[in-house]
Amino acid sequence: MNRRALLLISISSSLFAQVSFDRIMRADKEPQNWLTYSGSVQSQRYSQLTQITPDNVKNLELQWVYQARSLEKFEATALVVDGVLYTVQAPNDVMALDAVTGRLFWTYAYTPEPESRPCCGRINRGLAILGDTLFMGTIDAHLIAIDAKNGKPLWNTRVAKAESGYALTHAPLVVKDKVIVGTAGGEYGIRGFIAGYDIHTGKEVWRFNTIPGPGEPGNETWGGDSWKTGGGSVWVTGSYDAATNLTYWGIGNPGPDWNGDSRPGDNLYTDSVVALDADTGKLKWYYQFSPHDEFDYDAVQVPVLADMAWTGKDGVKQPRKVMMWANRNGLFYVLDRTSGEFLLGKPFVEVNWMNGFDEKGRPMRVSGKVPSPEGTLIFPGNQGGTNWYSPSYSPHTGLFYIPTWAGYSSIYVKGKDDDYAEGLRYAGGFPRSAVPFGRGTQNFRKDDEGYGAIRAVDPATGERKWEFKMSDVTDAGILTTASDLLFSGGREGYFYALDARTGAPLWKANVGGTVASGTMTYSVNGRQYVSVAAGNSLFTFALKQ
Amino acid sequence: MRALPISCFILAAGTLLAQQNYTSGDIEDGRRLFVASCSVCHGPEGESVPGVELDHGKFRHGSTDDELVDIIRKGIPGTAMPPHAFTVFQARSVVAYLRDMAASTSRGPAATGDAVHGKAIFDSKGCLNCHRVRGNGARLGPELTDIGSFRRAAELERSILDPDAEVLPQNRFVRVVTRDGTTINGRLLNQDAFTIQLYDTHDRLVSLEKSKLKEYGFVEKSPMPSYRDKLNPKELSDLVAYLASLKGIDKQ
Repeated sequence: MNRRALLLISISSSLFAQVSFDRIMRADKEPQNWLTYSGSVQSQRYSQLTQITPDNVKNLELQWVYQARSLEKFEATALVVDGVLYTVQAPNDVMALDAVTGRLFWTYAYTPEPESRPCCGRINRGLAILGDTLFMGTIDAHLIAIDAKNGKPLWNTRVAKAESGYALTHAPLVVKDKVIVGTAGGEYGIRGFIAGYDIHTGKEVWRFNTIPGPGEPGNETWGGDSWKTGGGSVWVTGSYDAATNLTYWGIGNPGPDWNGDSRPGDNLYTDSVVALDADTGKLKWYYQFSPHDEFDYDAVQVPVLADMAWTGKDGVKQPRKVMMWANRNGLFYVLDRTSGEFLLGKPFVEVNWMNGFDEKGRPMRVSGKVPSPEGTLIFPGNQGGTNWYSPSYSPHTGLFYIPTWAGYSSIYVKGKDDDYAEGLRYAGGFPRSAVPFGRGTQNFRKDDEGYGAIRAVDPATGERKWEFKMSDVTDAGILTTASDLLFSGGREGYFYALDARTGAPLWKANVGGTVASGTMTYSVNGRQYVSVAAGNSLFTFALKQ
Repeated sequence: MRALPISCFILAAGTLLAQQNYTSGDIEDGRRLFVASCSVCHGPEGESVPGVELDHGKFRHGSTDDELVDIIRKGIPGTAMPPHAFTVFQARSVVAYLRDMAASTSRGPAATGDAVHGKAIFDSKGCLNCHRVRGNGARLGPELTDIGSFRRAAELERSILDPDAEVLPQNRFVRVVTRDGTTINGRLLNQDAFTIQLYDTHDRLVSLEKSKLKEYGFVEKSPMPSYRDKLNPKELSDLVAYLASLKGIDKQ
């Protein structure tokens, strides 16, 4: 065999090596790849790649652009496996691209059922992979397995009824031999659930109802039959901890959204994080961030897992397995992820609906701060202090980075208590904007009308270390790297890099459209790339050669 | 932080809400959408479609907010009213504007004055020093060639008498000082985390990097003087009629 033949074989074997679950669990050992939505099952959105540094980031240049055919929001984070980039253009077309050149290998075009009615855009946030199979949730609530080599569907499971308002918007999570998804649709009076499906057959193996029924613990937190239409969506991907075999998911708001009269009680497990046994879906623990929510404060965030030294109540610092969470309700939390114990909660934006916690970590409500017929001003507003877009945690700086809406409020007017009808909106009123919320093509916003920011928080204290201010608000996720770079963007159409230690801006590119996704990074043949969706296109940068 | 502005918000919002449950933010969002999508057929005063008087809250179909939201989004089959790709949130802000429109009809006059005489007043009272109509006048203030196609007579009158009552976001003025001490005043055109764009008092389109500025900020009061004591009621009515008649350039 000559040298050329040997080389060819080595290329093809690396190109087509199967993505085992072991590889996914050790994603930090192959930082050239981006194997899951958040880069790892710990969901830190932190990369070990260090070729691009604070010193040379100014030499980034555009390598390729992929213009989507879709004009809908581009919210997917791509996966990269051994030089092949997989992403989704809205609503549900999967593409495989050469990660070096951006050239297309194949497209899998899926046409959702016309009855699908996702409340907030026909969007998709990405894929999961295991072996040679990609997994996609669709806006008509199907879960589809796709051959990663040729883009052909392998199985298609109807997870729930699209005509009832169910949808799947997030990237699935693979744990061992199952692929896990949760349903959206909380604005339509659905009863949400998270379920694990057999990766080979698409058959449901277990299901966890995010709204417990009669006989299930938690059902007593719903008055009357209100649990039947309790909402409890899942909008973003969960995380997984191998040591405890727990998978963690954030649960969305109760329905109807803005009038809780018909659902007296805490309304578990809405606005909570749930820890489920990954093999059975059984609930191990939960923590509810916003009991009996009437402000649409979904726990619509990715659970970020880390191991760190934590000072206990006895003042002794000990290793602790924690979960960090910047919530839509304006508070930053640290929980013990093995038990759900509340360790810390602190506002990262202005918050006026609560003013402290009891000893168990339940928020203490401020009297009168509830929706009212005449309207009540609440901080943060309906879109939250943050929302679905991913934060990042850098073990290197020890800081947690939050895409933030600062100084932002809504006026909550209590509407009539809607009658439920299948497939129709079930929201109970509507929040009002204290200041103009919509935007034209130009930005005239004043600071006191709210602004977007990246805020860096010390998880040990919840104290803010620095802030990078934008003029407009942001829907962009955050990536950090081991070289202390932070990448993000916003509605202003910049893709930029900050010094993760100080927040100082180091580099920017005008990508001409809203960044509404998370940046990811990968490398091919020793060259590091950073890739971000903006407007309707995917932009990929690398250092000038 | 910002305790005072917040309490002001509460008071201002409370007043509005007591009236009709919508805020100035909703109404402004709704106005933007109405001007972009609705006034083409309904007219800025909402009275251009026979039998429909949006300015008096008179609709042929529907009356509750929810019904109007539904009509805006789905259209009315068999009529010229098409469906609109608005979210519920957007449609609701349009309803907020329609409700405000009806409530404000009693706040000011219809454009019943003499537009020809109004033009003479406009041309002689110094309006052209800041405003521009069909290629005449200055550009620093809002361009008025099509002002009658998206501002109502009542709003025009209020802007003439009390310019500070409402400065639309796109008419905000800024003042910047460069590192070498040069001051530039102008109307804000755009801004972002790194840069600012404005039209300055020297007739220039200016784009500046914020990192190269010593300071920048909004000018809180409108540069426009009040004409409350400079016009008699007849002149005011004629001027409003002239402005309301400005519907844009003629198509050839």
